[in-house]
Amino acid sequence: MSAAEEVVTEAPAVEAVPKRAMTLGLGTSLAVLAALVIAPLFVKNFIIFQMTMLLIYGLAVLALNILTGGSGQFSLGQSAFYAVGAYTSAILMEHAGMNYALTLPIAAVICFAFGFLFGQPALRLSGVYLALATFALATAMPQLLKLHFVEHWTGGVQGLVVTKPDAPFGLPMSQDMWLYYFTLAITIGIYVASVNLLRSRSGRAFMAIRDNEIAASAMGVDVALYKTLAFGVSAAITGVAGGLGAIAVQFVAPDGYTIVLSISLFLGMVVGGVGWLPGSIVGSAFIIFVPNIAESISKGLSGAVFGVLLFLVIFLVPHGARQVALVAQQILGKLKKN
Amino acid sequence: MELFTNQVLAGIATGAIYACMALAVVMIYQAIDHLNFAQGEMAMFSTFISWQLMQWGVPYWWAFLITLVISFAGGILIERLLFKPLAKAPVLTNVAGFIALYGIINSVAGLIWDFTIKQYPTPFGSSPFLGSQLISTHQAGMIGVTVLLLVALYVFFQFTRIGLAMRAAAALPESARLVGINTSWMIALGWGMASAIGAIAGILIAPVVFLEPNMMLGVLLYGFAAAVLGGLTSPLGAVVGGFLVGIFENLAGTYIPGVGNELKLPIALALIITVLVFKPAGLLGRPIVKRV
Amino acid sequence: MLASRRTVAFGAAVAAFVFTSGAALAQKKYDTGATDKEIKIGHIVPYSGPASAYGVIGKTEEAYFKMINDNGGINGRKISFVSYDDAYSPPKAVEQVRKLVESDEVLVVFNPLGTPSNSAIQKYLNSKKVPQLFVATGATKWNDPKHFPWTIGWQPSYQSEARIYAKYLMKEKPDAKVAVFYQNDDFGKDYLKGLKDGLGEKASMIVAEESYEVSEPTIDSHIVKLKASGADVLISITTPKFAAQAIKKTAEIDWKALQIVANVSASVGSVIKPAGFENAQGILSAAYAKDAADPQWNDDPGMKKFFALLDKYYPEADRLNSSVVYGYGAAQTLAKILEMCGDDLTRANIMKQAANLKDFAPDTLLPGVKINTSATDFAPIEQLQMMRFKGEKWDLFGDVISGEVGH
Repeated sequence: MSAAEEVVTEAPAVEAVPKRAMTLGLGTSLAVLAALVIAPLFVKNFIIFQMTMLLIYGLAVLALNILTGGSGQFSLGQSAFYAVGAYTSAILMEHAGMNYALTLPIAAVICFAFGFLFGQPALRLSGVYLALATFALATAMPQLLKLHFVEHWTGGVQGLVVTKPDAPFGLPMSQDMWLYYFTLAITIGIYVASVNLLRSRSGRAFMAIRDNEIAASAMGVDVALYKTLAFGVSAAITGVAGGLGAIAVQFVAPDGYTIVLSISLFLGMVVGGVGWLPGSIVGSAFIIFVPNIAESISKGLSGAVFGVLLFLVIFLVPHGARQVALVAQQILGKLKKN
Repeated sequence: MELFTNQVLAGIATGAIYACMALAVVMIYQAIDHLNFAQGEMAMFSTFISWQLMQWGVPYWWAFLITLVISFAGGILIERLLFKPLAKAPVLTNVAGFIALYGIINSVAGLIWDFTIKQYPTPFGSSPFLGSQLISTHQAGMIGVTVLLLVALYVFFQFTRIGLAMRAAAALPESARLVGINTSWMIALGWGMASAIGAIAGILIAPVVFLEPNMMLGVLLYGFAAAVLGGLTSPLGAVVGGFLVGIFENLAGTYIPGVGNELKLPIALALIITVLVFKPAGLLGRPIVKRV
Repeated sequence: MLASRRTVAFGAAVAAFVFTSGAALAQKKYDTGATDKEIKIGHIVPYSGPASAYGVIGKTEEAYFKMINDNGGINGRKISFVSYDDAYSPPKAVEQVRKLVESDEVLVVFNPLGTPSNSAIQKYLNSKKVPQLFVATGATKWNDPKHFPWTIGWQPSYQSEARIYAKYLMKEKPDAKVAVFYQNDDFGKDYLKGLKDGLGEKASMIVAEESYEVSEPTIDSHIVKLKASGADVLISITTPKFAAQAIKKTAEIDWKALQIVANVSASVGSVIKPAGFENAQGILSAAYAKDAADPQWNDDPGMKKFFALLDKYYPEADRLNSSVVYGYGAAQTLAKILEMCGDDLTRANIMKQAANLKDFAPDTLLPGVKINTSATDFAPIEQLQMMRFKGEKWDLFGDVISGEVGH
């Protein structure tokens, strides 16, 4: 029998996305932005609500993209951070009467701390082991929220009802529309900040760790700091998404933040293109709308239809929406030449 | 003291369930270096097939054998059709594939056999084992079969050419190809075997938890945890891990005041993570050395 | 341009006035979702996910309304039953209900299932003044017409049922040592509260309490722990799979305690049979509906109608599944109040009729159990009858008891 150790030369689990391809071109970005700003004026409140959820889950997928696509750390525990953010907002709004907008930075800070702390023991884990650790976190969260000695704050299994804010200064728009634009503003802010983060020195450190942790360490990157930082930032953004989610849905309960949410966010990241920030919104659209499509095709087999559609997507575009964008770019390039 | 021994014994009994599942998990990991989320569902589906065969009048042991064959073939088929095309795709895309497979199998099983629980027979009977009321003969039988499987797997990997080829293909695919091993078919074989082992696990577990499409949900998680604790490269570790998780979970639930009962699963997982921090490859796994 | 438009509008108004005043004798009033030809009913239930076993309720109700439509509808209007999957997730429930109300424009949301989902949509529906009718959960909080006038329950609340067990124990086994095994969610906790409230000062009869999570594969070790407490009564507040496991395990470890099982898990087909008839002898529970597995109802006219519905419209249904019986009863209740509304199909009138049921007996409820509601009583079914398992079926005994829970 051979050596007691197993020697592995493996390719990085998360493939690198070239820096320039990390975002959309300026023209496309503006077009998408325009669409997002104008669309709510023409549709019903319910659609606006769905668009708000689209942005919120998009934020959560973005956070996961930074963590996994950026720093190469696998996480199935995002639902835990989302839940903490949601409950922070809900508790502050309902028990402390705080203004909803103020709860979000607090949620961000609390979740950053939480993620940073979780990143510490996670330092020694990678790949499937980290997956299990984050999975454990995600399954623990609903049960932690149900514990009877925090029941007074969290509402236990019954959850908390959250009051939706009205548009400020008496603006003539519905609650849904106001919340949408509020969310949009936050999303754009976080998106721009994230792109800058990934382009900065910290971002380069993340990517160095993702591509080859040992080499990065040998080159002087403070691996421990940046790995925990990535967790912290990712958790913070997810926490903000959670807070916004609590306000949009007007309700928080432990059963709304299960491992299923984590898995959905993961799928959103893969479908959007791992590490490609603009893909986050495509991934978010997938996880919101495709289950509805699957249900309309067959109520009894909605899970199977969803699985089949997911397979179709990953067969056709294994690298997610980024691949579609690249192909579109190439086609446009060829058209321009002709 | 009596309560302690009772809980330990009860923990061994549930631990047998986790150990069974953990073996299947380790099997697939040996073959493809990933954890397959859909493993539990495949096991569940196989168990349903055996149940259906018995409903049609096939005797237990024949149903068992036929199901193993179907399960083995099914595992290979799934790999060839669904995952071979994804071989060049990124790891995370493959994981998404596992999740999709989970959804498909669970949904189809629910449609065919619906979600109400079904009784599943055991060849070992349900009377108290050796007079103890805490372990039934079935549970003792489960432990016995698990140990047998373990030995069989050990023999397979250590002493047969195919077993060696499979380990080589999983560890160093390029080198394995250079010596003439068909790595692609090794993966398929790994899937088939994992599927068959999963079927055995399901058939053993169903009499205790009752057969229904969602029966493997909790079991799979514990199986993962047990496999990771024991070391993903060690079938023996998987079994040991399974029993340890079962015992620890029960003791935590009994002796940790206040939250012990409500947080059984998180506490068990926390334990495993702590172990991993000190022994990253698990209790019995081979330490992995990464070369830059 | 403007002038002619105004004229047309005025003319239309005049015409409308003429028509409506002419029809004032047979006044038709509609809210969104009701027309001369159709009534749109919205519905959510888990068709996927861990609670998907309840999906059959939606399918049964769909079959019922199909039958109604084939027989001419209600007051000449066809029922359009729009049912969505909420996967037992509160955010999904909110999304689907908003879709029903704002996109599909239904008249009412009927029989939504599960306390988390209902808690999530209650405020929204009440603020939009859309009836949240006959909520499919036994949580006690749905009976609150003062704060939530648009929400009304249907089945006996968990606390009502628990009180009935408490009453029984205090009468028949006043010296009992009681162990309580409950699911760690709203269902389990609501029951536990009802039990403790029902026992009152004798709550010390409870010597052990043990909870479990739905994610646990098997609850066997909990049962072992409870036996060690020395209790001689076990109250099993569990959902079907775990109830069956508990029945099996208590028999296996030879724990000779009187076992009381919650009504949701009393189904012969889904629980007792898999657990083993021989293990379930002497178990107690309570019921408000007839059990299709009980041959004493084979010639009952109400159940005959039930079986006929299944034969024609939902043949693949598992008749022994109590969820199927449940769906029939709830659908029949909705049909009744829609009928009582006549041509006034406003949401306010629907709530008024829902609060106006007097001794209504759907086909599937036990004889003696009647639906009664009033402006202060939004708990339609409050009565149960206890039963003991003997042989291969439940034997009802005693009187129909009311488990009314005051506020």
